[in-house]
Amino acid sequence: MLTSRIIPCLDIDNGRVVKGVKFANLRDAGDPVEQATRYEQDGADELVMLDVSATTSGRETALETVRAVRSALSIPLSVGGGVRSVEHALALLRAGADKVGVNSAAVENPSLLRELADKVGAQCVVLSIDAATRVEGNGWEVVTRAGTHRTGIDAIEWSASASSMGAGEILLTSFDQDGTRSGYDTDLLRAVRSLTTLPIIASGGADNSTHMLDALIAGADAVLAASIFHDNDTTPNAIKLELRASGIEVRT
Amino acid sequence: MTQVTIIDTGIANTASVSAAFERLGCDVALSHDPGLIDDAPLVVLPGVGNFGAGMRAIRSCKLDGVIIDRVENNRPLMGICLGLQLLCDASDESPGIEGLGIINAMVTRFSDDIRTPQHGWNRVGDGYAYYSNTYRIETFPEGWDGETSTHGAPFVAYLQRGTTLACQFHPELSGAWGANLMREWIENAKEVVSC
Repeated sequence: MLTSRIIPCLDIDNGRVVKGVKFANLRDAGDPVEQATRYEQDGADELVMLDVSATTSGRETALETVRAVRSALSIPLSVGGGVRSVEHALALLRAGADKVGVNSAAVENPSLLRELADKVGAQCVVLSIDAATRVEGNGWEVVTRAGTHRTGIDAIEWSASASSMGAGEILLTSFDQDGTRSGYDTDLLRAVRSLTTLPIIASGGADNSTHMLDALIAGADAVLAASIFHDNDTTPNAIKLELRASGIEVRT
Repeated sequence: MTQVTIIDTGIANTASVSAAFERLGCDVALSHDPGLIDDAPLVVLPGVGNFGAGMRAIRSCKLDGVIIDRVENNRPLMGICLGLQLLCDASDESPGIEGLGIINAMVTRFSDDIRTPQHGWNRVGDGYAYYSNTYRIETFPEGWDGETSTHGAPFVAYLQRGTTLACQFHPELSGAWGANLMREWIENAKEVVSC
């Protein structure tokens, strides 16, 4: 049986790991290869790296970081952040990413996912969705450009179209919950789960294994977290022991 | 140093496979040259993406005969993911396209009522392997041994015959367990070739 995945996330800026709250206030949190290696040893099932560099030179550095992490890591590596073209995505795959996440660019150019999937297969293509509660409070809308742009697009309908657009997986981040450590948005997860059979990675809001259990029960196949692993509050293995005690199948 | 040649027809992401063999201390080369692949001691056929595109790439590089010949003569070959499927007779993914016909099996799609693609770690024997697939073979053809995993129903995780090893999962992404399987394949291969 397929096990539930625990996925630490590294935000990378100019070759360094950083961490912020609600995509802002970045602070330095270490060397990517060192962190990635430690996470693998601590039981991570996969690693997500998001390039948050705002500059061209930062993005060049990100390719180097992917190469360095790939060479050390023997678990899957998914890379996203600022991927705007098929060429950029292919460069990340060649550098050693196993999957590439596309976020804002998919909203601006939905055919990008299909072009990419036709070249590398849907299993390498992740649709990253940042979903925020609508200002008027009904449902969720897709936000892009690190949460600064509200698109008005219904996040649930957007998720439901992921498979037909060419994605093989959905990375679903709750913009409201991100960095708050108050739990994943399980209503959002349930709503998306009811409309797609694609694997869903839940993201945004994790503080502990109970939050992860809630997300998995709500329909996530994998749970992503950044702060709790960066800050050494817990490890993927510790989380897994607790999840297993709750009846969730995990790799140990 | 053990020489490993990875077949690079442009259809696979070879970086992870290269890195995994390098971590095992191998000297890794990428090639789509039939002569080099015929001569190489250890050959890996990786692959992601579409079955039809994979077969077209193999045929256009004139690698089909070389790969078939290697397996028939028990010269070491490892197929990974689509690399396993290309060794089979055909696939539901690309009707009408013939595979290499080395593994006498039909590649079929996971049923609609389970999660596809199968992304993640699934139990194989005493360990866990990382999968990223929508298609698989369901039973072992005569002459092949191996293990199964279960996703909805049992399917073939890997098959082995002599020094041919074909994995539906990605050993290069399967942590220490995967590295160990790759090491065993190399050790097994060294009994028939010097490398």
